[in-house]
Amino acid sequence: MAARLAKSGWGAAAVASRRSPLVSSRRCSGASADTVYDVVVSGGGLVGAAMACALGHNIHFSDKKILLLEAGPKKILEKLPETYSNRVSSISPGSATLLSSFGAWDHICNMRIRAFRRMQVWDACSEALIMFDKDNLDAMGYIVENDVIMHALTKQLEAVSDRVTVLYRSKAVSYTWPYSFSMADSSPWVHITLGDGSTLQTKLLIGADGHNSGVRQAAGIQNVSWNYDQSAVVATLHLSELSDTFSSLVWSTSHEHAAELVSMDEEKFVDAINSAFWSDVNHSDFIDSAGTILHYAVALLKPTKISARQLPPSVARVDAQSRALFPLGLGHAAEYVRPRVALIGDAAHRVHPLAGQGVNMGFGDISSLVHHLSAAAFNGKDLGSMSHLTGYETDRQRHNTALLVATDLLKRLYSTSVTPLVLLRTWGLQATNAVSPLKEQIMAFASK
Amino acid sequence: MWPGVTLRSAGARLLGATGCRGSRGRSAPAAASAVYSENQISRTSHNKPWIDSACGSMYFRPSRMTSACLKGVRAHRLLWTRLHSASRSSVDREGLKVFLALAHKWWDEQGVYAPLHSMNALRVPFIRDNLLKAVASHQPGIPLSGMKILDVGCGGGLLSEPLGRLGASVLGIDPVEENIKTAQHHRTFDPVLDQRVEYRVCSLEGIVQESAETFDAVVASEVVEHVPDLETFIQCCCQVLKPGGSLFITTINRTQLSYALGIVFAEQIAHIVPKGTHTWEKFVSPEKLESILESNGLSAQTIVGMLYNPFSGRWRWTENTSLNYAAHAVKCKAQEREAPVPSACKGEEAGARAEASASGAVLES
Repeated sequence: MAARLAKSGWGAAAVASRRSPLVSSRRCSGASADTVYDVVVSGGGLVGAAMACALGHNIHFSDKKILLLEAGPKKILEKLPETYSNRVSSISPGSATLLSSFGAWDHICNMRIRAFRRMQVWDACSEALIMFDKDNLDAMGYIVENDVIMHALTKQLEAVSDRVTVLYRSKAVSYTWPYSFSMADSSPWVHITLGDGSTLQTKLLIGADGHNSGVRQAAGIQNVSWNYDQSAVVATLHLSELSDTFSSLVWSTSHEHAAELVSMDEEKFVDAINSAFWSDVNHSDFIDSAGTILHYAVALLKPTKISARQLPPSVARVDAQSRALFPLGLGHAAEYVRPRVALIGDAAHRVHPLAGQGVNMGFGDISSLVHHLSAAAFNGKDLGSMSHLTGYETDRQRHNTALLVATDLLKRLYSTSVTPLVLLRTWGLQATNAVSPLKEQIMAFASK
Repeated sequence: MWPGVTLRSAGARLLGATGCRGSRGRSAPAAASAVYSENQISRTSHNKPWIDSACGSMYFRPSRMTSACLKGVRAHRLLWTRLHSASRSSVDREGLKVFLALAHKWWDEQGVYAPLHSMNALRVPFIRDNLLKAVASHQPGIPLSGMKILDVGCGGGLLSEPLGRLGASVLGIDPVEENIKTAQHHRTFDPVLDQRVEYRVCSLEGIVQESAETFDAVVASEVVEHVPDLETFIQCCCQVLKPGGSLFITTINRTQLSYALGIVFAEQIAHIVPKGTHTWEKFVSPEKLESILESNGLSAQTIVGMLYNPFSGRWRWTENTSLNYAAHAVKCKAQEREAPVPSACKGEEAGARAEASASGAVLES
């Protein structure tokens, strides 16, 4: 499984050598009345909108024309709602840097945001746990509602409306790819036909249209994917009556159990959560003793500072109407780029939410691609040229493949109650918890 | 990953690339080509330093310079040489045909002209940064706007287009009509470039009369090694330049190394190109170029070497000018031709530039 994934990532190396020009149909130059954009971003979600924003605010793109196509309507958040939304994202410091580079972070901070400095992971089948702690004052990450991020991005897009045009309720229905180099009478640009029949041309098409990406499918890029037999249930929880703190929940479980959880009444739901956290019905004596042995061994070798061990949370109630579920799967595109096409975000990779990395990988893609495109624009290069697009692909495939493999491994490891694997993960977790440099490396990698 | 993946094409690439200037060979060219490529292969696997560090991060690239492609590049140069020495011999019909067949290949980034495409990564920043030094401020996004640039020997417009995208008004000239047709055709699809870049079929001498002192910069990239009379060429460049304007040249040095790789190996041993295609005597050393520039009222500001890595297909700057090099010269403000010592002219230029950057206006001396 990991080998397949890695092969698909590195296998692109061999594929690149015979990277075929995209299948193209003849296109006469009669369509020259279309507007020619420099960059079209297909998909106006978090990643697509952030991409358009980043390019629009980039100094070397002052002269360029950028278009963002979004199938849905414009979302206007006039007033921040009292209740929290159930779709939230964990934003890493690297993503926060990207968002602040075009001024969206300030808007987010003015709305609603919660930084976190500690993360603790419990195992259901043993007493093992791992805790990530940032000693210095920097936050490990931030929890932000998706609506808040989207609103900030929309505001920043409006600020550069002279360069960035946003078309809402517009979906591309077909793409026509150019030949690999200019031949008689064929336009070298990508032609896009929208749902309302209008056409436009672009020098570079960026696909940010989610894990069922139309751009990726139209380009014929192979996608390694499988569905986990799991769905995620999201909800907003109230933690205790006294302090009235909110929390966001993402519970990955089997499809049947997820459907049950969403349909049961609120009290039973709260009980289900609490028992998942507190119950030791899955503990076995064998595992417990094994865990304790390693714990003593570690304490002997390395006297650790006793940082306060956080107990699992106790849920008081759940917000009405806040439960929802969505299916989980993994996906990775074999190629992130083709001539005049680049994929970012979920169009390129889809990951299990257990590590909170999904949107951060997308923001990482944006940072890398904007860096390469900015340098290309300053050198007067054709934006759709493969020479810098492959630089982006190399950068990101390396990072993303590693993270995808690790996340998938963790998911499989923690989905089981089989004793040998539980023992392995118990000891593994305790050992990792004891080795601080390793934890710091993990935190650093995830913060990018 | 590198040695295993590139072994198969390393031989082919090297065979191809050595004909194209810029490959850095340490092996003796006297060996037969098969042995040569084997030596090179074994060298590849443990002589890491001479491979561009960028290689390590690149995917395997298809062999760009097959010998068939190289014949095309040779044919192009053959035609250039013949056309510029039209007074001595008539245009070679055969050479013209071969070149015409390649005229549409200018814009294939992985094709025959791939090294010229990748040379843009060096040429464009070189031109852009040196031109920006002379101005106080520039518009973001279009840093070269307001500048008029002449691209001599523009071919298919490979260098004219990037300069146009950066905001300059570019005139590209080339004596081969097919090249200009390709360049014009490629430009028509981009409405922005259509307004900024213009092409004309003519030689430099042809426009000197009407364009005296009109250009902020003249670019002669991979041209001077084909020109029959370098002195006249530089004179004409100087005439069309505004006072204080810049001349940018990239060309091949005349050294034993360029003889060994470009002539002996490519023509006589590997028979990649027909004998006599290249005239080594036409290659220009930086010292000779500098002296011709000085004697025509241009002061050389920068001369720096360029190195082509045939495996990664990339160029990089180097201090060694024994193969390819780039030069930047500035036309002196004062019109004296004989007396001024280069340093005085340079000093005057530096002074004028300092004043220009301080006041934002070019002063007349």
